[in-house]
Amino acid sequence: MTTSIDVSLGQVAAALTLVALAAAISFWRRTDLERDIVVATVRSFVQLTAIGYAIKLIFEADTIWLVVALLSAMVLFGAITARSRAKKVPGAFWPLLIGLAIAAASTLGLVVALGIFEATPRYLVPVGGMMIGNAMTASAVALNRLGDEVADSRARIEATLALGATAREAAAPFVRRALRSGTIALIDSTKTTGLIFFPGTMVGMLLAGAEPTDAVRLQLILLYALLGSTAIAALVATGLAYRNFFTPAQQLRELGNEAAA
Amino acid sequence: MLFELRDVSLARGGRQVLGSVNADLHAGATAIVGPSGSGKSTLLRLLNRLADPDFGAITYRDLPLVEYDPLKLRREVSLVPQLPSLLEGTVGSNLRYAADLAGKELEPERCLGLAGLDAAFEERDVSRLSVGEQQRAMLARALAQQPRVLLLDEPTSALDHAARDAIEATLAQLQQELEISLVVVGHDPEQARRLTDRALRLQKGRVVACGPLEEALA
Repeated sequence: MTTSIDVSLGQVAAALTLVALAAAISFWRRTDLERDIVVATVRSFVQLTAIGYAIKLIFEADTIWLVVALLSAMVLFGAITARSRAKKVPGAFWPLLIGLAIAAASTLGLVVALGIFEATPRYLVPVGGMMIGNAMTASAVALNRLGDEVADSRARIEATLALGATAREAAAPFVRRALRSGTIALIDSTKTTGLIFFPGTMVGMLLAGAEPTDAVRLQLILLYALLGSTAIAALVATGLAYRNFFTPAQQLRELGNEAAA
Repeated sequence: MLFELRDVSLARGGRQVLGSVNADLHAGATAIVGPSGSGKSTLLRLLNRLADPDFGAITYRDLPLVEYDPLKLRREVSLVPQLPSLLEGTVGSNLRYAADLAGKELEPERCLGLAGLDAAFEERDVSRLSVGEQQRAMLARALAQQPRVLLLDEPTSALDHAARDAIEATLAQLQQELEISLVVVGHDPEQARRLTDRALRLQKGRVVACGPLEEALA
């Protein structure tokens, strides 16, 4: 079994044809996304090339501390990125940062402790990156929904507080819906995996020449780990973030520009 | 004294909502009247600490409001907001929720009856109620906590005359038989005359008059 594949820059450049197609469709249908498509293409090239060299260095150095540093940086940038999706949630950065850090640490720790992967850079870097990326998306969606729910339901929350309910009790239905929003997308895609789409890891392994059964098993492990990491990240982020809507006296904060700060 | 307000001020979004409010609210029934935007509802929210003033002090039964546990205070001083905001589920589940929070035994038929709703409403889903029915269910929910004070924000604004008269009769009964004190926000001086014996009149966030009803409404 061979697991290596040579991809030239020429092949990468050829794939840009499809980007041009996407831009053309945007221009034709006036969706005004051409600029975003160009930015996304350039950013993906620069970021992935940079991370490719960084990973190469980390693999060659073969030290766990560089892995920790890289994953920590990913958690930090993940929290900063997700915060921009949660503008209606005051102080969203820390809940997101803590959620991503706990999700990454606990799921990676668990897959290593269970003997699924070795604690080496070759496994921890790609798996950790995947966990953090998906956890970021899930927690951003969850907090975005939480912000909308609280903004739309202020009267109901205050009416519940007026009965002497705690902030936690008053926010519970909205936190529940936010958590569901954050995790449902991955659950649904996991349900349909193999039927209507092939997940990325499996595709990559098949393209690299791996045995299909090996590709499937690795993909299953990653899907199961992703379910855990997204649930943990969304749970921690929503569980911490809802508190920022309330004062210590269990009052719903007046939010103006404060939320965006 | 039920509530004493001393130099109470509050600003929101750069606008002064209440300015140096001084008032004594006695046990019994007091109306808070004034035009829209005069700060009536805001003042009501301060009385069970859904908000705190920026400056000044409020006492409840001679103790500073901030010294009360806000959760216990709100179960004793129950606010019924103008816009009905029931929890998802049935009217009965809303009543149980409120009674459980206050640690009280629930008598659903009695609470519903006092609010002018028959017992069948216990099983009704709140999403199927009219606004007027929701407003009465909100009152029933507050009564399920057996409060000592009811803060009512325009309690009959969505009701027709017959329903309004029934609610007013209930409020009078609550005050006389159960010795529940009422603080009622409203626009209608006639309703204030029917329900209360004292009034606080606000204009642009400031006290214009406070005292016996006819004196304050004059």
